[in-house]
Amino acid sequence: MVNEMAEPLIFHFDVDGDNFTSAGQASVQVKKNLRQLGIDPETIRRVSIAMYEGEINMVIHAKGGEADVIVSDESIEIILKDTGPGIANIEQAMQEGFSTAPDNIRSLGFGAGMGLPNMKRYTDYMQIDSVVGEGTTITMRVNF
Amino acid sequence: MNELSAMQGFKPVAVPDGEREINGVYIGDLLSWVMGRAKADDAWITIMTNINVVAVASLADTACIVLAEGVNPDASVVETANAKGVNIISSEMPAYETAKAIGI
Repeated sequence: MVNEMAEPLIFHFDVDGDNFTSAGQASVQVKKNLRQLGIDPETIRRVSIAMYEGEINMVIHAKGGEADVIVSDESIEIILKDTGPGIANIEQAMQEGFSTAPDNIRSLGFGAGMGLPNMKRYTDYMQIDSVVGEGTTITMRVNF
Repeated sequence: MNELSAMQGFKPVAVPDGEREINGVYIGDLLSWVMGRAKADDAWITIMTNINVVAVASLADTACIVLAEGVNPDASVVETANAKGVNIISSEMPAYETAKAIGI
């Protein structure tokens, strides 16, 4: 890591679920913050993509939510929490190409069924806690 | 970047970071596919022009977006690209010919 950090740094974001054109603002801000901390570009890239995919999912499926990014000496942790419909079958959702995104989202180039697989691909740890009708919390970690 | 945007068949659309080096090419229109497969410093060839391509290029750290087939983005996309430091150039050629012309 950059310098020894006494306390982990925490960035909190509310993800607006109404505006698809501004989706990704939290991820872009995180990228900027991590760059200012002097973190290496490949780590930033992995965190940025994983978080952006999660943010897009929250906007598409859950009308937004909350995102926390915790930077510690060992890792960058991303926690995405929403109160959306939940994921009925996580195993199925993790398969490349499986998607429940609506047509208007697909016409923008999303909804290819690559979001969750990309989040797993770019992180060292990923856990999905989801209850149908209550919401989803995704915890991801990228280790230094 | 600057060299490419000055080449025949290419036109600069937004070039806030003209010194950026291009080290590869990726072609694709499905944004998550691009984020999963494109590499940092790639020239990303696409025909998608919605605002989300700027965020994808920025977060995936591609060297530039190359809009193929002569498609043009809205002014708001150009404005955002300039603000976020994302290079966009356009090409009159289809994706394959565009990639060949970049020739990496």
